[in-house]
Amino acid sequence: MSMRSQVLVEHHGVATGKNMTTWQTLRRGVELSPELRKGIWVTVALAVLSTLGRVLVPFVVQRITDEGILADGGPDMRVVAGYIGIALAGVAVTAVSAYFVNVRLFRASESGLATLRRKAFRHIHDLAMLTQNTERRGSLVSRVTSDVDTISMFVQFGGLMLMINIAQVTLATVLMVVYSPLLGLVVWLCFVPLFVIIRKFQGIVGRAYTRVRERVGDMLGAISEAVVGAQAIRAYGVEDRTAERIDAAVEAHRKAAIGAQARSVVAFTSGQLVSGLTTAVVLVVGTVLAARGSLTLGELLAFLFLVNLFTQPVQQATEILNEMQNAVAGWRRVIGIIDTPADVSDPGESGVTLPRGPITVQFNEVGFAYPGGAPVLHDIDLTIAPRSRIAIVGETGSGKSTLAKLLTRLMDSSSGQVLLDGVDLRTIRFSSLRSRVVLVPQEGFLFGGTLLDNIRFGRPQASEHDVRLTLTELGLDPWVSTLPLGLATDVGQRGESLSAGERQLVALARAYLADPDLLVLDEATSAVDPSTEVRIQRALDSLTRGRTSIAIAHRLSTAQAADEVIVVDAGRIVERGHHTELVRLGGVYSRLHDSWVAQQQAI
Amino acid sequence: MNVPPTSTLREGLAVIGRGIKDQPRWFALAVLGSIVYGVMTSLTAAAIGFVVQRAITPAIEAGHASAQQLWFIGGVMAAVVLTTIIGVIGRRIAGGVAMYNLGAIYRRRVTRQYLRLPLSWHHKHPSGQLLSNANADVEATWNIFAPLPMALGVVVMLVFGIVQMVVVDPWLAVVGLTVFPMLFLANVAFQRAMSPRVTRAQQLRADVSEVAHESFEAALIVKSLGREDHEAERFRTVTDELRDANIEVGRTRGRFDPAIEAIPTVGTLAVLFVGTLRVSSGQITAAQVVQIAYLFSILAFPVRALGWVLAELPRAVVGWNRVSAVLDASGSMTFGSRALPSGSASHVQTEGLAYAYEITTEEGEDDVNPALVDVTLDVAPGSTVAVVGPTGSGKSTLTNLVMRLVDPDSGAVVVDDIDLRDVRRGGVSDVAALVAQQTFMFDDTVRGNITLGAQHDDDSVWRALHVAQGAGFVEHLPDALDTRVGERGASLSGGQRQRIALARAVIREPQLLILDDATSAVDPSVEQAILGRLREASSGTTVLVVAYRMATILLADEIVYLEGGRVVDHGSHEALLGRCVGYERLVTAYAREAAEREAIAAGEEHDAELDDELGDGPERGAGAAAEEVSR
Ligand SMILES: Nc1ncnc2c1ncn2[C@@H]1O[C@H](COP(=O)(O)OP(=O)(O)OP(=O)(O)O)[C@@H](O)[C@H]1O
Ligand SMILES: Nc1ncnc2c1ncn2[C@@H]1O[C@H](COP(=O)(O)OP(=O)(O)OP(=O)(O)O)[C@@H](O)[C@H]1O
Ligand SMILES: [Mg+2]
Ligand SMILES: [Mg+2]
Repeated sequence: MSMRSQVLVEHHGVATGKNMTTWQTLRRGVELSPELRKGIWVTVALAVLSTLGRVLVPFVVQRITDEGILADGGPDMRVVAGYIGIALAGVAVTAVSAYFVNVRLFRASESGLATLRRKAFRHIHDLAMLTQNTERRGSLVSRVTSDVDTISMFVQFGGLMLMINIAQVTLATVLMVVYSPLLGLVVWLCFVPLFVIIRKFQGIVGRAYTRVRERVGDMLGAISEAVVGAQAIRAYGVEDRTAERIDAAVEAHRKAAIGAQARSVVAFTSGQLVSGLTTAVVLVVGTVLAARGSLTLGELLAFLFLVNLFTQPVQQATEILNEMQNAVAGWRRVIGIIDTPADVSDPGESGVTLPRGPITVQFNEVGFAYPGGAPVLHDIDLTIAPRSRIAIVGETGSGKSTLAKLLTRLMDSSSGQVLLDGVDLRTIRFSSLRSRVVLVPQEGFLFGGTLLDNIRFGRPQASEHDVRLTLTELGLDPWVSTLPLGLATDVGQRGESLSAGERQLVALARAYLADPDLLVLDEATSAVDPSTEVRIQRALDSLTRGRTSIAIAHRLSTAQAADEVIVVDAGRIVERGHHTELVRLGGVYSRLHDSWVAQQQAI
Repeated sequence: MNVPPTSTLREGLAVIGRGIKDQPRWFALAVLGSIVYGVMTSLTAAAIGFVVQRAITPAIEAGHASAQQLWFIGGVMAAVVLTTIIGVIGRRIAGGVAMYNLGAIYRRRVTRQYLRLPLSWHHKHPSGQLLSNANADVEATWNIFAPLPMALGVVVMLVFGIVQMVVVDPWLAVVGLTVFPMLFLANVAFQRAMSPRVTRAQQLRADVSEVAHESFEAALIVKSLGREDHEAERFRTVTDELRDANIEVGRTRGRFDPAIEAIPTVGTLAVLFVGTLRVSSGQITAAQVVQIAYLFSILAFPVRALGWVLAELPRAVVGWNRVSAVLDASGSMTFGSRALPSGSASHVQTEGLAYAYEITTEEGEDDVNPALVDVTLDVAPGSTVAVVGPTGSGKSTLTNLVMRLVDPDSGAVVVDDIDLRDVRRGGVSDVAALVAQQTFMFDDTVRGNITLGAQHDDDSVWRALHVAQGAGFVEHLPDALDTRVGERGASLSGGQRQRIALARAVIREPQLLILDDATSAVDPSVEQAILGRLREASSGTTVLVVAYRMATILLADEIVYLEGGRVVDHGSHEALLGRCVGYERLVTAYAREAAEREAIAAGEEHDAELDDELGDGPERGAGAAAEEVSR
């Protein structure tokens, strides 16, 4: 067990992927988006064809001038027309193949990226709750949106162009060597320092872009605070402070972006500089050779044309390599999240499927500490009999919600075991676990949409009739009929168009409709008015007969109704028994009860 | 937001103009760099010709290259190259700075709007969309500034080139220039085709962001109900749509790009053809044709930069329209210039207050949902008034109105004889503090969450925490006051968050304290303690408290009972108990329940069968249960 907890601590953050090399990132990226590779050779062939067409045109223009216009004995119209015909054919071939290249590339890259988005999205939901909490939501969002967008530029054109550029450089090298081995060598010697610079700058540019991606995540986090916390910000008049926090994040992003831009400009212009200087050197060396008579002027000028054929793709490649580093920075973040292990993972096929029916819960010496924190639960030993209705009470911060989260396997215990029907929780398939055990967490959340859809969220196949039946069973009919559009009422984003109590009613109905065998309610009715609460309590009492239910509550009316009360104090179970027994005991519970009674008594 | 494509060009130019106005210097610098680059590029050929004529040919003829000649060749070429590079660096860096500055400026403007616009506006706009506006849309708008300077440099280069052509042979120039109207027409057609597709893709990008945002915010619910597959499916639907939209954009681009690229090439060939004819008829020399053809082939590639700008244009316009929808959003609150008097407890009065939420019916029509109707209150300075009412009766709406988070549809909230609408911006939160029903934690330290940036020494922070009964747990946090609470306070328990929120209000020593069910997540003993301390601490404070629990209610001097958005009754607890049935039912629910349970428990000991009858049978409807309660 201690090994497990170590693993938990080690993995509680999201992997950044920072230590992946560019090559590893690209390989893993393509592996995750197989569409990128599908049919790539056809695309490459088409691209080569279109490039050939592009190279053909200047070539033909040169021929036309040489053999046509400047032909001995005046311009030769036939030759000119012939070459123009060839060039037009080249243009046509280029245009048609370029069209197909574009379409194919867009399809491949967009499909690949959609797959990547999907995988990342799915994996984020598969991550352990605690891992999810180590990242800001805005930052998680950026991993499936703008980080992926960053990649698209590169995979649409860059990757392919890079291959074509390499082919073109090879071709140009061969031609140069054929024309003049010595000058060819000169050109390559001139470019050696560039290759060194590019290599060095790859790392620098890459890190700069990684910083930019991180700043984007921070920026989204800061902005989302202004959006989600709109009410709190207005209530406390802290618009200015929030603005400052956003500005700081925006400014950090701007600086990082400009920094990355400057570095990539240096990398790019060094390519251009070397290209230009190479031309100068070739001219100088070529002049010496020509003066010695080992080269004609015409050959020298033709060679310059080849140098151009060589430097142009190298320049383009330096630019694409910059773009690639940008893409790799985004890719790393997406891959980082996909490759973050899901600590609390589904045992899948090999897991146990529990049969339906009331559930026995058992805790064996369970201990728990949040990553990097002190233990929150100590040596919890607990057996909850099937069909029993349990209330858990205790001071705030004593560990009740933590207990509920261990029980529903939102987290795994640091030590000890949680068993359902005698089966270790960790070996139960999620499909079985989640359908049989449902938690209504303290922090409820509704989705933008209708009331009906929200209640159905846990069981989408339920009909409207089922939903109505549930509401009737819970005694919520009268409430729904007071809503302007009944079940069709739009609850607004995060359920903001409902009152806080109403949101809890929806969350409760949602969990109830999911029809679990073990229902865990974490202060599920804390914002509901007393008479509705009591009514729901009554309804649940009778409805949950035959299932196991565990309710965490500060209002002791829930505890009074329970078969058994479990009192948690500072991470330990200090008392358990029936309400009346515990009151007689004169311990923690009776003190809580005294306060409670004092509150009610004054009638 | 559906822009007719014909106006894209005009609108695009307007966007560019706006950007230039915001970043004139950097933009000018970038264009300058680009012009240097453009001029130098078209001079490169001339430079080569120059060194060939002045140094290389003489050297070849002499059969020997002197060091001076070699230096001349190297020097001229290096000078050209270096000047070009300086132009490129200037263009790229200044262009990048202009672009990112614009991004930062507009992100600030957009988020300022988020902070300025009223809550009602926020309710209508999903967070994911707003995030997308501030991020992807701003980016889409100003991305055009990356190719723009280059394109302007190209224009200069073109003018340069055209002048050269005209000087050489006007007739050939005319043949060459027919290329430009063709390019223009092709681009207009391109934009018409692109505009609607790009608009759609950009909207879908925001939708993807919206779904992701909502889904990740709901991660806990998704997990606990095991709905990961369902969410993944929902996300798949939007990403597939985005994918298809992007492919559609690519296809359109794929159709036009090769055509636009081919036009200058065809132009070059036309020049060669016509040129050859003219040389044959002896009107011009072969060298002149060659020169023009060469110029053309040099210009052909950079001309594509113009194409890039035009290709970015629809995206910029779409981005801008989405950004400006936020920037132009009206419905902002208007503020007066008055300050609320400070120094003594506030006197709060409301007069015929009414408020209705705007809703949209299933048919998409606008409708309203009245939440408060004709609410008249008078809260005497220094008194405590409890607002009691069933779930959804309008209590939180009332607190929002008193805090001026929203304005009433009719009636007014008057504090110390000043209508809140006449109070200056920030004036209400200077004297009043609201502890909302839903606590919101900033991603900051405990201290930062309590002081919210105001100057308070540690002593007062601890004092506030003591009142809120939070000192005990904060002491035990790893870094005490400097512990970071995580986004939305994720590392704290519900009750702990609520107590920090209370301390946040207490530390401001408000004259008006509004508590909206602010102790719902704390246990009864802590609640008792909090209320006791609050009572001591808030002697100079008017308190408006939304509560269900008797202990809280009993602190109040007066109780206002709301039902269905109306004040049904108000008065002392005893008075209301006697005459207001709804109130009695509500506040005595627990006690009655307890009594009933005890009775049943007592009965159980005598008669176990009774229990069976009452409890068994899950088919027993809740109707019966409810009846039992109201009995
Ligand atoms: N994600 C987390 N990371 C670190 N510490 C945490 C985290 N969540 C909770 N804690 C700490 O663990 C302790 C127990 O928290 P828990 O939420 O279980 O309390 P609780 O009994 O449910 O309290 P409440 O009644 O206020 O909801 C608290 O001290 C809390 O600060
Ligand atoms: N943003 C909104 N849009 C539309 N209707 C709303 C909105 N907010 C609240 N309502 C409706 O207005 C009514 C009053 O809501 P309010 O939040 O004021 O109730 P409340 O008394 O505070 O309830 P609770 O005790 O549950 O907190 C409810 O019926 C609710 O559905
Ligand atoms: Mg809790
Ligand atoms: Mg409320």
